Amino acid sequence: MSFEPKIVGFLCNWCSYTGADLAGTARIKYSPNIRSIRVMCSGRIEPTFIMKALYEGADGVLIAGCHPGDCHYQEGNYKALRRYRMLKKVLPDYGIDPGRIRLEWVAASEGEKFANVVDDFTEEIRNLGPLGIKEGLDEMMKDDVIPHHASGGEKGGDDNEA
Amino acid sequence: MSVRIGVYLCHCGANIAGKVDIDAVADFARGLENVTLVKDYKFMCSDPGQALIQKDLENKLVDRVVVASCSPLMHENTFRKTVERGGLNPYLFTMTNIREQCSWVHIDSDRTTEKAKDLVAASVRRAFLLEPLTKKEVPINPRTLVIGGGIAGIQAALDLAEAGKEVVLVEKEPSIGGHMAKFDKTFPTLDCSACILTPRMVSVGQHSNIELMSYAEVEDVGGYVGNFNIRVRKKARYVDSELCNGCGACWSKCPSSRVPRKGNVHEKLSLGPTTSIYMPFMQAVPAIPVIDRDTCLYFKNDSGACGICAKECERGAIKYDMTDEIVEFEVGNIIIAAGFKTFDPAKVKRYGYGRFDNVMTALEFEVMNCASGSTGGNILMADGSEPKSIGIVHCVGSRDSHYNEHCSRVCCMYSLKYAHLIKEKTDAEVYQFYIDMRCFGKGYEEFYDRLLSEDVRFVRGKVAEISKVPVTETEEGKLVVSVEDTLLGTVRRIPLDMVVLSTGLEGSETLPEIAKLCSVSVGKDGFLIEKHPKLGPVSTATDGVFVVGGCQSPKDIPDTVAQASAASSAVLSMITREKIEIEAATSEVDEDKCSGCKLCNTLCPYQAVKFDEEKEVSVVNEALCKGCGTCVAGCPSGAISAKHYEDRQIFAEIEGIFSGGL
Ligand SMILES: Cc1cc2nc3c(=O)[nH]c(=O)nc-3n(C[C@H](O)[C@H](O)[C@H](O)COP(=O)(O)OP(=O)(O)OC[C@H]3O[C@@H](n4cnc5c(N)ncnc54)[C@H](O)[C@@H]3O)c2cc1C
Ligand code: FES
Repeated sequence: MSFEPKIVGFLCNWCSYTGADLAGTARIKYSPNIRSIRVMCSGRIEPTFIMKALYEGADGVLIAGCHPGDCHYQEGNYKALRRYRMLKKVLPDYGIDPGRIRLEWVAASEGEKFANVVDDFTEEIRNLGPLGIKEGLDEMMKDDVIPHHASGGEKGGDDNEA
Repeated sequence: MSVRIGVYLCHCGANIAGKVDIDAVADFARGLENVTLVKDYKFMCSDPGQALIQKDLENKLVDRVVVASCSPLMHENTFRKTVERGGLNPYLFTMTNIREQCSWVHIDSDRTTEKAKDLVAASVRRAFLLEPLTKKEVPINPRTLVIGGGIAGIQAALDLAEAGKEVVLVEKEPSIGGHMAKFDKTFPTLDCSACILTPRMVSVGQHSNIELMSYAEVEDVGGYVGNFNIRVRKKARYVDSELCNGCGACWSKCPSSRVPRKGNVHEKLSLGPTTSIYMPFMQAVPAIPVIDRDTCLYFKNDSGACGICAKECERGAIKYDMTDEIVEFEVGNIIIAAGFKTFDPAKVKRYGYGRFDNVMTALEFEVMNCASGSTGGNILMADGSEPKSIGIVHCVGSRDSHYNEHCSRVCCMYSLKYAHLIKEKTDAEVYQFYIDMRCFGKGYEEFYDRLLSEDVRFVRGKVAEISKVPVTETEEGKLVVSVEDTLLGTVRRIPLDMVVLSTGLEGSETLPEIAKLCSVSVGKDGFLIEKHPKLGPVSTATDGVFVVGGCQSPKDIPDTVAQASAASSAVLSMITREKIEIEAATSEVDEDKCSGCKLCNTLCPYQAVKFDEEKEVSVVNEALCKGCGTCVAGCPSGAISAKHYEDRQIFAEIEGIFSGGL
């Protein structure tokens, strides 16, 4: 069976979530590998959210916000861009391929773009393979660091484990 | 006490159930921790569907609600109200989108069902950690600030004043009126601009509910919807408006000039007196002159030589020692009506504007046509003679990827208006150089038709160049327009006496500053961004701030007036409510964790996070906070949390996604 990557999406409420909804209204089809979480603005997305998603078992994380200049809160997306660039730089230090995260600007009118981005990113991650395997992390640290499909139990809480 | 989560699955007819195996999802949900009840229904948003939830809440069967149905953007509010009716805090409910982002967009049924399960699990985890929030209400100050006194601001101010509400109208120029005050006739009806505008300007000046601050600019906007604090700088006019009666004795004797004395007819174009103490035009409101400091002899010779206007003024209204005045006041809503500016055609070097005489802009041509202006409404060449041929070049700075991509919407029509005026006033031949004729409004196409029978030459093509290098005898001493006539399929050179450049419309130069003050955005086209391009054309992303007229996009007078009235009615409905609910999902600082680094203070686009010098921690003004969470993500000590989008709630969602396996 071919590898089906798991992708978490963080979508800003005003543009990208609306754009993703539009793909639905227009019945545009895309791969079902993504599970999206709605946040008010891409500026809310912390690097720890992404690390947490990778930690829990995501093979890729998509961040989507309004186009530059269009952020509902003026400039949250610029903050998101900066944090994204920073995270891309440090990911290799954790032994993680920086290609596993991707930032895209998706406007409320860009349902089709959202679908294309998801398909494209899914393929990219499929090529990268499961997180850990390509990186050689599973050999190094076994389930210690990256327990895929961490199950059950009330974890989380204030402190950022990732 | 343990948490009891109720999960409600919607079939949405076949919209969801046709793809997602609802029974499988329901079984899965029953197995999730803290879920005590799972129900599914054909249409959860219908009355019986909502009643289902409400009843379970009333019977105290559950104390958290997850509805898995369509997008929260569709029905979050519906279900929040249901939950509230059931006696539960509406923030203890969360929604799972298994339609727009699930059943509608995937093909494989099994995998779509798996995805729906993951999303439900994520919501259940999130629901477990939700906290009740209280919505807050703030009173709305019934006064309104209108920025800009063009026809847009005038209309909005009058609508509100007529409804008995107070308005402060701030205009940066010495008089209100905006661009419309510079026109002689207006398309397509050719009614006289002053005749329709002046009565409205006078009403603004006299209305007991309107406080007009002309020659003034907004310097600061603080506060939030319902309660904005405004600071305005009233620039010194050097004329006391209480004493002046607008008699004109001052400028009739003023020895210095605002326009080049030796200038040609075009350089000296003006609507009002060209002296240094002047009124911008005779119908100005307020009818009070100002002194142009740059050219006034009194100010130029520090010694205070001159002073003629002061001597001429019988009422002693001239005050050379006047200084700018700062005024502060409060309003509940703000209407931005700051208008547009026209494209500077000197940027298109090949059109020769500024290099050749008799190449002029549309606005200059408007002024020249005004009966009250310096040419008495006569269409004249720079040397004062009458032109025998005039070309009108469309789309200068519009629909051009080098300058502005947008269509300025009014240029085709005012160009047609010019053709008509030229035909009426002179014997000149008229050429229109156009790309497409865009005559979209009521009576516009008919006006175009009329012009087609008025002996106007229409050349379809974008003008390549305007030059003064003759190659034939007929071109001698003329402006030569080179254009590809795309209907004839040839390149033509047309010698003309005069050329009018139909310059496009751009957002006025003050827009970026105003946008920043009022927390609204400027689009990449340079105009202010409205809340929704179709359904929210006058409101903005900031509650209590509205945009109207030429600052929102290029538009003609009818559309401007319609938009202004739309904004005033939106403001009226706010004022009538008296109170407004503000966002409950705001940010919050944990004072114990805050290190006082102030990073969040600068991250906040709304100045909602301020430093409390006494406690040495940052505090969030909940009324200002819009809940974007940018400060939360930026806080290095994890001291700020976003209510309803707390880290732990988002973490729980992530865990939920992976709790079932993929
Ligand atoms: C050459 C030309 C001819 C036209 N002819 C016609 C026509 O015949 N018929 C027609 O329907 N339309 C015509 N139009 C379009 C018409 O001009 C606009 O529809 C109309 O002027 C828009 O009004 P407004 O109030 O939005 O903007 P404006 O007229 O630009 O008024 C804006 C006002 O705000 C003021 N302002 C700007 N910034 C600030 C600030 N920071 N603080 C305070 N005040 C500020 C300005 O000084 C100005 O008074 C023409 C346009 C042009 C360029
Ligand atoms: S609201 Fe979309 S990025 Fe800020």
